[in-house]
Amino acid sequence: MSCRKDGAKNWDQQAIAFSLETGKYHNMGINRRDFIKQLAGIGGIALFAKDVNVWAGEQTTTLRDSLGVLVDTTLCVGCRSCEKACNQINQELPRKTPQSFNDNSVFDKKRRMAADSYTVVNRYNNPGNSGNPVYVKFQCMHCADPACVSACIVGALTKESNGAVKYDPWKCIGCRYCMTACPFQVPAYEYNNATTPQVRKCTFCFEKRTSKGKAPACVQACPMEVMTFGKKRELIKIAKKRIEKYPDRYIPHLYGEHELGGTSWLYLSSLPFEKIDFPKFGYISTPSYTEPIQHAIFKHFIPPLTLFAVLGGFMWFLRQRKTESKSVLNEEGQEK
Amino acid sequence: MSFHETPTPIDKRFFTTGVKILIALMITGLSFGLYRMIFGLGSTTNLTDQYPWGMWIGVDVASGVALAAGGFTTAFLAHILHREHFHAIVRPALLTAMLGYTFVGIGLMFDLGRWYNIWHPALPMMWQGNSVLFEVGMCVMVYLTVLYIEFLPVVTERFIGQVNLPGMLSFFNEPIDRLLSFLDNILGKVMFVFVIAGVVLSCLHQSSLGTLMVISPYKMHPLYWSPLSPLFFLASAIAVGYPMVIFESMIASKSFGHKTEMDILTPLAKFIPYLLGSYIVLKIGDMIYRGTYVYLFEGSTQSRMFWLEFGILTVVPFLMLLSSRVRSSAGWLFTAATMYILGVLLNRCAVFFVAYQPPFAEKAYFPAIGEFALTIGLIATLMLVYRVFVSILPVIPAPERGAISSDNASIRIKQGI
Ligand code: SF4
Ligand code: SF4
Ligand code: SF4
Repeated sequence: MSCRKDGAKNWDQQAIAFSLETGKYHNMGINRRDFIKQLAGIGGIALFAKDVNVWAGEQTTTLRDSLGVLVDTTLCVGCRSCEKACNQINQELPRKTPQSFNDNSVFDKKRRMAADSYTVVNRYNNPGNSGNPVYVKFQCMHCADPACVSACIVGALTKESNGAVKYDPWKCIGCRYCMTACPFQVPAYEYNNATTPQVRKCTFCFEKRTSKGKAPACVQACPMEVMTFGKKRELIKIAKKRIEKYPDRYIPHLYGEHELGGTSWLYLSSLPFEKIDFPKFGYISTPSYTEPIQHAIFKHFIPPLTLFAVLGGFMWFLRQRKTESKSVLNEEGQEK
Repeated sequence: MSFHETPTPIDKRFFTTGVKILIALMITGLSFGLYRMIFGLGSTTNLTDQYPWGMWIGVDVASGVALAAGGFTTAFLAHILHREHFHAIVRPALLTAMLGYTFVGIGLMFDLGRWYNIWHPALPMMWQGNSVLFEVGMCVMVYLTVLYIEFLPVVTERFIGQVNLPGMLSFFNEPIDRLLSFLDNILGKVMFVFVIAGVVLSCLHQSSLGTLMVISPYKMHPLYWSPLSPLFFLASAIAVGYPMVIFESMIASKSFGHKTEMDILTPLAKFIPYLLGSYIVLKIGDMIYRGTYVYLFEGSTQSRMFWLEFGILTVVPFLMLLSSRVRSSAGWLFTAATMYILGVLLNRCAVFFVAYQPPFAEKAYFPAIGEFALTIGLIATLMLVYRVFVSILPVIPAPERGAISSDNASIRIKQGI
């Protein structure tokens, strides 16, 4: 069991694709993500097509005006000012000295968000221009239909109307299902806190800033103006314009516009997104696989009550038959 | 008329070597549990941000729930289908389910970071109907209550007219006795509601357990991810119910020196190939329909796991149980039942932490020593409590109080059959 990592690579090598015409899989050099996407598409959507559409409709109307941040990774110089600002504004995080954010050796390793940091900047090689690496800031994407929110058993994670995904430690029971569910693997956990561990992830600076319409601390702190804060609708327009204007600078893809039904944070990049550790996702949010199943099983309690009635009917009918046959036996016995 | 002896409390020496070993395992496990409570999850488990769920969820919770399926499957058979022949196994299965689910709860307390909030899902203000885990949690909670109610008649049967508290407390003898009679009276009339509710609730949460990982399509190995996963979980739980009953019954007869009840277990085993067969057909059908069979030979841990749990520990016992020779031989029946039980256990582990492959994981998850110890300790405690229960309450049909072993013929003569 310990050598499990080997699996991941194999899937990508044994690339398989599903052909809708023939209904078969072919070796076509597409990767596992696409494969799964198609599987999911076929399995999930075919079974629950109606519910998915309903979801899509609701989502677009309620969140059309939500806020977001556009990250232009081509502008980032890896100064880590955003990390510093984030540590300063989020008082629940362990304090770090301002100098510690000047240490560039952290780039030698790819980091992930952790219980002590809501955002990290990673460095990636730039094959076109090796003297000029690509830096990418990453944090919670504040998905439009967040898996973490759908998963949370007690509603400790909520999607706010401005787009932020908020966490309430007092509700949380610490089951960590949100972590299992998040496709970006964002939430981190205080494993060494025995009594009051929290799930930790970027708050979109909800309390102190974005709920009042102010830009998040990291956005404001950035000296290079890598990030633009605003209505998601506007941000998409800005991004598309940039891609159009500088076709050499950007690959023509706005990450987060459609991924998993859309995310509040949007990314522009000069490298293909797989190269900067952005997973390749389908355009359907992951809760739209589970929620329709869930709601089909519980629709107005009709399915469980039906099962109850059917079983009850069986029980009654069979007992009736048993007692009848028994009484027949008894009568015969008495006759003799 | 039942063909079988009525359930009686087991009257045996309690502190056998087996029991002493169980106590040792229990103490080891619980000290690791205590350690975790004081120093946190990080100190006792190998869980990380990448692998938030590990052995305690996969074994203590998911497998525990699946393996307690004997409770509702036998209740279905004996009470809903009225197959009186099987009544002898209902109580042991019910007790196992009741204790099993109780221990699922206890195991969960160790895994939850904020365990003292475990009651939160019961608060209407925190209901989160979209959460699959909420569904599982609620169903398990309600089902546990139902199980306790279903078990009450066993208690009343034992103590009605027998309440004999010493000294000052003797004042309460009469009221308690009256309460017990009252309960007995009521329960007899409404029990069918709880029996059916138990089956419905089981179907709901057994399947919802399978829905849990459907939300992570991008992290699951294709051999283990399917939108039909809830159906697989339900079908495999139903299929493991009777093997589990056979397994327990054989262990119990062995350890109490009773004769193996082959005249019940063999006919019970007849149902298994149908149930297990349906699961296998579903699973293979899904694999063909979605083309995931291409991953069977990729040689990854997940594919090897699949061969082990499905190919060997599911299909082989199925084939074995097709033969009437296997079903009527105690040794073979035990082997086949045990194999499939292991199959379900591995399947749950596979789904919850082997097939789960987070893209940014630096190293794979393998349970820490403390995780093993607590899991084993909980199982040992469960077995001990089971033993205490059957010594006090009429659960296991005994040939004769205190008898070492007796052949069926003499009992039949005694009962005038
Ligand atoms: S990125 Fe993960 S944690 Fe953030 S909103 Fe989406 S699902 Fe939730
Ligand atoms: S760990 Fe807390 S926030 Fe996450 S799903 Fe569980 S209860 Fe919700
Ligand atoms: S939005 Fe706020 S919490 Fe999130 S990374 Fe930026 S500063 Fe940190």
